[in-house]
Amino acid sequence: MSHDQQHHHSGATHHEEHHITPLSTYLKVAAALFALTFLTIIAHIFKTHYLAVAPLIAFTIAAIKAFLVMAWFMHLKYEPQTNRLIFACGFLGLAVLFGVCAMDIFTRIYQGSVL
Amino acid sequence: MSTSRLINGVEVASHYRDAEHQYLSNKEGIWLFMVTEILMFGGLFVGYIIFHTIYPEMFAEGASYLDWHLGFINTLVLIGSSLTMALGFYYNQIAQPKKATYALIATVLCGAVFMVIKYFEYMHKFHLGIFPGMMLDAAKMAEHGHPVVHSNLGLYFGFYFCMSGLHGLHVLIGMGLISWLTYRNIRGDFNPKYYTPIEGVGIFWHIVDLIWIFLFPLLYLVG
Repeated sequence: MSHDQQHHHSGATHHEEHHITPLSTYLKVAAALFALTFLTIIAHIFKTHYLAVAPLIAFTIAAIKAFLVMAWFMHLKYEPQTNRLIFACGFLGLAVLFGVCAMDIFTRIYQGSVL
Repeated sequence: MSTSRLINGVEVASHYRDAEHQYLSNKEGIWLFMVTEILMFGGLFVGYIIFHTIYPEMFAEGASYLDWHLGFINTLVLIGSSLTMALGFYYNQIAQPKKATYALIATVLCGAVFMVIKYFEYMHKFHLGIFPGMMLDAAKMAEHGHPVVHSNLGLYFGFYFCMSGLHGLHVLIGMGLISWLTYRNIRGDFNPKYYTPIEGVGIFWHIVDLIWIFLFPLLYLVG
């Protein structure tokens, strides 16, 4: 459903502009989040079979859960483009922080430091 | 005092054109605040990942002291609270404030359950002599049959207590804010035309859940 971008400055029909997520959608999202949490634990219990990719599996499931929370619970799906861009900037900043720190730490040449 | 005026039943501050202008500006502010949250927790995540890469065995030793069952229960509790928070918002949108009040109270109770479980986790660690950084009591840990293998184990618990503690602080603040919303909701402040505070606090509460979604595998499972 597309968000109504037109604003009526007459002030007559404001309450009809905001998106209302149906109750069934909230319940489905919550059910998916519970199911994915159980999946995380099942994957954790059997992780001795695939130790190398266990963190990847755990964080992939976490990323899917994060997407569900952001899109429906935080209503990012129906937010104005500006707000989505603002929030994305946070993750962009985080990626820069991680990238620069990782490049610094892991390209250092060992010079007998005791740290 | 303030120079707000009533437009179509909604109190609008003087520097806004109309209720919609006020609503959109307020929400933009909330999203800017969320960016600072991402960066604050993000810094700790980046630090954790880097030190985990440098000292994988020491982090594994630290993680072995965490019980994933408790983290798992807390994850379910927080997801449940996120649903009830969303319902508190939804029922105000469709003009059923009474149901919204119940949903908000349920959210605060879920937050309380989370904090109680966290309290027992922390108390157990303090009992064993596990404290962050230099405060880690290696002698006490050995006394309890848990001799420290890696001498810099305190670093792991520095991350553990800072990350879960900062998150717990957010849960407490969120509980306070939702209690305030509950009070205002019972007073009849919110209706389908005006529910900005519920939506704003809701977004804050969901980001607390969002951070826990990553903290849980990071601290309890991957270790």
